[in-house]
Amino acid sequence: MLQRWKDRISPTDLIMWFIGGAILCLIVWGSTATLTEGRYTHRHWFDFIVFGFAQGSIYALIAMGYTMVYGTLRMINFAHSEVFMSGPYTAYFVAAAFYSSGFLDRQPLISLITLFLVSMATSTLIAILLERIAYRPLRTSPRLVPLITAIGASFFLQYTFRGLYGSGFQAYPTVKVLEGVWWVGGFRILKFQAVVILAAALLMAALYSFIQRTRIGKAIRAVSEDKEISSLMGIDIDRIIVITFIIGGMAAGAAGVLYALMFKQVHFFMGFIPGIKAFTAAVLGGIGNIPGAMLGGIFLGLVESVGPSLFLDGLGIVAPYQLKDAIAFIMLVLILIFRPTGILGERLAVKKA
Amino acid sequence: MKRFSTFLFLLFMVVLMGSNFISAQTKPEAFHYKDEIGVIKIKPNEPIHIACWLAVAGSEASLGIDSKRGVEIAVEDKGGKILGFPIKLTVQDTGCNAEGGQAAATKLAADPTIVAAIGSTCSSEARPGAPILWKAGIVTVSPSNTAPELTSPKRGKEYEGYLRTAHNDKVQGAVAAEFAYKYLKVRRAATIHDGSPYAEQLQAVFAERFKKLGGTITSQEAVAPTDTDMRPMLTKIATGKPEMIYYPIFIAAGGHVTRQVKEIAGLEKVYLMGADGLFSPDFYKAAGEAAIGMYHSSPDFSAFAEGYKAFLEKHQKKYGEKPLSVFHAHAYDAAMIIFSAIEKVAKKAPDGTLYIGRKALRDALYATKNHKGLTGTLTCDSYGDCADPRIAVYLTRAENVKKLEMPDKPFWAPYIKQPSLKEKPEEKKPVKK
Repeated sequence: MLQRWKDRISPTDLIMWFIGGAILCLIVWGSTATLTEGRYTHRHWFDFIVFGFAQGSIYALIAMGYTMVYGTLRMINFAHSEVFMSGPYTAYFVAAAFYSSGFLDRQPLISLITLFLVSMATSTLIAILLERIAYRPLRTSPRLVPLITAIGASFFLQYTFRGLYGSGFQAYPTVKVLEGVWWVGGFRILKFQAVVILAAALLMAALYSFIQRTRIGKAIRAVSEDKEISSLMGIDIDRIIVITFIIGGMAAGAAGVLYALMFKQVHFFMGFIPGIKAFTAAVLGGIGNIPGAMLGGIFLGLVESVGPSLFLDGLGIVAPYQLKDAIAFIMLVLILIFRPTGILGERLAVKKA
Repeated sequence: MKRFSTFLFLLFMVVLMGSNFISAQTKPEAFHYKDEIGVIKIKPNEPIHIACWLAVAGSEASLGIDSKRGVEIAVEDKGGKILGFPIKLTVQDTGCNAEGGQAAATKLAADPTIVAAIGSTCSSEARPGAPILWKAGIVTVSPSNTAPELTSPKRGKEYEGYLRTAHNDKVQGAVAAEFAYKYLKVRRAATIHDGSPYAEQLQAVFAERFKKLGGTITSQEAVAPTDTDMRPMLTKIATGKPEMIYYPIFIAAGGHVTRQVKEIAGLEKVYLMGADGLFSPDFYKAAGEAAIGMYHSSPDFSAFAEGYKAFLEKHQKKYGEKPLSVFHAHAYDAAMIIFSAIEKVAKKAPDGTLYIGRKALRDALYATKNHKGLTGTLTCDSYGDCADPRIAVYLTRAENVKKLEMPDKPFWAPYIKQPSLKEKPEEKKPVKK
């Protein structure tokens, strides 16, 4: 028995587990210290969690695009952050026109829906073009080639937007109806955050049922299982891949508008950090797995929002919020140590990667 | 055999080039000009190359472009020529971060035609950049770095080629603290910085002075310059119940903080105060109406010298708008002290070539004394601080945000004995809606 254990566990595993264990201990220690200190009330914690959910649902929507493309093509679409950026940037011009004409305040609902549609349409268009121009011709080439193309396409898009609209940022107009707070059972919640969380939840539910319930969804799942066999079954692979890009683009476009509603700024480089975070979220949840991407996004958002206060405050670390990225990535390391396939990632029957 | 002949050919080329080089070195010169570090020779009709390394792109572009324009106007005022040689101006973007500063400085250092540099914009760029430039013998004058450590006696030899015409934040932080304690009568304050040397040191000076005056610093938080979601961090600040938040950071993050502060329970009525890094119409764009009622510490434009009015007219004529940020006049002064230092040390050889010693130029800059500039009378100390700092506090009103124009009259300054009572501040922050 012992012999078998010895064979299966390598020293590297032990070291990794040790590191993981140490980090876990620190987290538990920090959390208990913070909680016993009692600096934060339940209201504060509720706020932290809502902030985390709002940020996390944006990550989750972007992460869908990463994870679906990975599922069908086995490549990381690094230009996805620019798909995310292009939508709200284009919608900005519509928003500014609405704002200056006063339409935004008179018909907030119609304007918001228009903004969503414009943003989603642009992002989708960019995603389709990306697939057609940058990825499809290279589908049979070695795996590194489309990866480098993706990075190139990402730079190309970034600097196209920079060339077109300048390197400064554009300020999104505020939507008056979304300002202010709602009180929900004694808890205070910012209106637009509630809207962001609801909209993202709706979108994700719609997407998930699309993948699970429809014929096309079934086809997408089949292609991500095995491309060759599914083409033998009469599935048009090219069409399915385009559809995954369309869905990813739509989710990214919607996430873009939600982002713009929350932060009211767009600039040509805005996709970079959310893109990296969403990619992390996709890996965290198990890349290729759609519910995993959603879960990973929310988890990452929560960790970023709650983590610094909960884990680091009790350890006496000053200014913990500048370490929030570090915490997010340490979480990634932890999860990859204990569950290399991600939270919901299944063990692959055949090595696809 | 073929390989051998190639080798022979290469060897021959190397010898040829080497001998060429040696002969150029040993050629007797009729004219002697010595310098410990190096001599720049400018042949007749060649330009005097001044390089700017400023943050002219990205989210902090308004800071760098503002300074660049100041330099351009200085060149124009000089008639485009020093000692009959045309001035050539080049600009490298620095991006307001350490990596950008390092990259730009490395590029400049590789160009032997550069006589002197103007930059950088952000202190974070100067920290790695200035030593790289000085290693290449290039002296640089910054129009807008304000972090105390860059001109502190402990800064080290590698910063010997660095000077600045911007104020030292030891002054700015203290003014902000006095304003908060004595004028706003605030006793509890929180600070936010973004890890950049500028913000970190400025908030530290503020906190130290504020505590010395008798106030309490509830927390000193930090964000990353690229962060967008400040709400969790602000919630943490709210637990300390501060009456004021001082955040001397930059526009991108500063805009997010300003917008999000009012959304946090417990922070609806705090006083907000930023510093010169946020003093730009771009900030009003980023923060929107949330900026109304906010205070900024910044150089006092009304205390600038006579020539400033003429400068503003030229600026309006040339660029069709008001200055974008704070450090245009400082950049003008930086260019001017460089020009006059070049005039002092440059020597013309009989064949018309201009010789400029790098060490001599550096020494001449450090010896700048009573230079009548736009920002005041400039005298450089032995650590490169040349400014004549007059810092005032400005209040942002609704019309400033609407027109995207910075307030032009200071609201409070330590050297104005009575704060102008006509402009009583609103007792509470104006309610936006």
